[in-house]
Amino acid sequence: MSDYIREAIVTGVWETFVMTFFASLFSYIVGMPLGVLLYSTSKGRLLENRAVNFVIGLIVNITRSLPFLILLVLLIPFTRLVVGQSIGTTAAIVPLTIGAIPIVARMVESSLNEVQPGIIEAATSMGATPLYTILHFIIPEAMPSLLQGGAINVATVLGYSAMAGVIGGGGLGAIALQYGYYRYQKDVLWTTVAILIIMVMLIQEFGIRLSKKNRKT
Amino acid sequence: MENVYELKNVYKTYKNDGKEFTALKDVSLDVREGEIFGIIGMSGAGKSTLVRTLNRLEEVTSGTVSFYGKDLASLKPKELRKVRHSISMIFQGFNLISQRTVISNVEQSLKIIGTPRAVRREKAKQMLEIVGLSEKANEYPARLSGGQKQRVAIARALAADPKVLLCDEATSALDPKITGEILDLLKKINEERKLTIIIITHEMSVVEKICDRVAIIDNGNLAEIGEVKEVFSNPQSKAAKKLVFPSNPFDPSDEKGQIVRLVFDGTQSNVPFIANLVEETGLKVNILSANTRSVGGIGYGQMIIELPGPAKDRQTVIDFFRKGGLSVSEVSRNE
Repeated sequence: MSDYIREAIVTGVWETFVMTFFASLFSYIVGMPLGVLLYSTSKGRLLENRAVNFVIGLIVNITRSLPFLILLVLLIPFTRLVVGQSIGTTAAIVPLTIGAIPIVARMVESSLNEVQPGIIEAATSMGATPLYTILHFIIPEAMPSLLQGGAINVATVLGYSAMAGVIGGGGLGAIALQYGYYRYQKDVLWTTVAILIIMVMLIQEFGIRLSKKNRKT
Repeated sequence: MENVYELKNVYKTYKNDGKEFTALKDVSLDVREGEIFGIIGMSGAGKSTLVRTLNRLEEVTSGTVSFYGKDLASLKPKELRKVRHSISMIFQGFNLISQRTVISNVEQSLKIIGTPRAVRREKAKQMLEIVGLSEKANEYPARLSGGQKQRVAIARALAADPKVLLCDEATSALDPKITGEILDLLKKINEERKLTIIIITHEMSVVEKICDRVAIIDNGNLAEIGEVKEVFSNPQSKAAKKLVFPSNPFDPSDEKGQIVRLVFDGTQSNVPFIANLVEETGLKVNILSANTRSVGGIGYGQMIIELPGPAKDRQTVIDFFRKGGLSVSEVSRNE
């Protein structure tokens, strides 16, 4: 492997890291409240509201059912609008975030669903508002599960970020595609694959440890 | 003394898949300030629904539930939350936040009403002292036993200085010894803090141990209500009898045999009736089962006996017991 490619791989790791980090962060900023809304507006929950639940659920389902590669292409005009360009690492963060939001929302919803109804009943009986109950009873109680879900989400975003390479997003995916696939450089292909696997494993391990440390049961 | 609760003609109907189910039928009762009021019934009788109407976790279908003269159904959400601050509740499943320490669980009820951090920490410490768990303040609930968890829940419930404490099957998940300790604690709190306590249970032993008055709920109806002593010594309704007296598992030993139940109402429990019977009439009876319980230190009991052969002798025996002030009634199997 030439020095040139080695350097490219180092840059690729950094780009992948940047894309994964920011896309995960932004997708949680939007996806977490959406997940809380999905949970709390569903039947029998604190803020039961069929209309809101239906609309959010529909949007989430539609965005989630689109293959990510298609979403990447569909979102090019939107990306240009937001960051002023449609290629590059920064540009790739936009579709990655949009693609991850519905996944995060569903993951958060399912974590919150695991919280025992008795806790909510206790909060209500103490005269807590629905918002207070969500912030101080439901979310803390679901925290270990939320963290575990978080690790899965970040790993998914990492996987998606490799696809962003197709539309010029940079990162390890682009390198694998450019050198490994188009130029038949098997060693580059396998190196990037190995690095991606290691990154996913690190994220998973970190998530599980964090979740375990947090779990008091 | 003022009534804490006044329930008038309370009905609760659930609709499920087009089918209607009436959980409460025309329940009217009062709960007096400072008393320990028991609500007892078999599972599915509607007692959990009833207790949930007391803090409006359940809406009533018709009728009114008044708390210190205020109709709960008329309250707006904000007013309801305010009233709920003075109605605490503990549960069969404890319902503590497992991700928070014991002391921070206790603080929750104070945090909700906006008590400043330093004040609530101090108050929570006092509450833990009352329930005897000071040294567990920084543990997580998972490290506690069931009885300890319920003590934490009691501390949490008391921290906000409620006017009434609702206990929904609070001891049903605990063993008899721990149940006894929790009941002693509730009694102590009732006496020291003059706190009105309402206890939902399916266990007679809980009611007889600490309740002043009791309501018996059967199939959604209020079957009987009164002083525990009266209801236990002289149950009127079928549901009350079923709860107070263990069912008789025996058949008469032959077709003509007769089984009767004797009930002691406390004043006669120190008289040796059976021995006296044999001495005075020379007739023998067969004791099939017997049990006594102490309600407020007075013995109450029942005895299932089989009477001797000839009808004349049987009447003599029955007359003998009746003359002594016992109530005598014929029972068949499983009654």
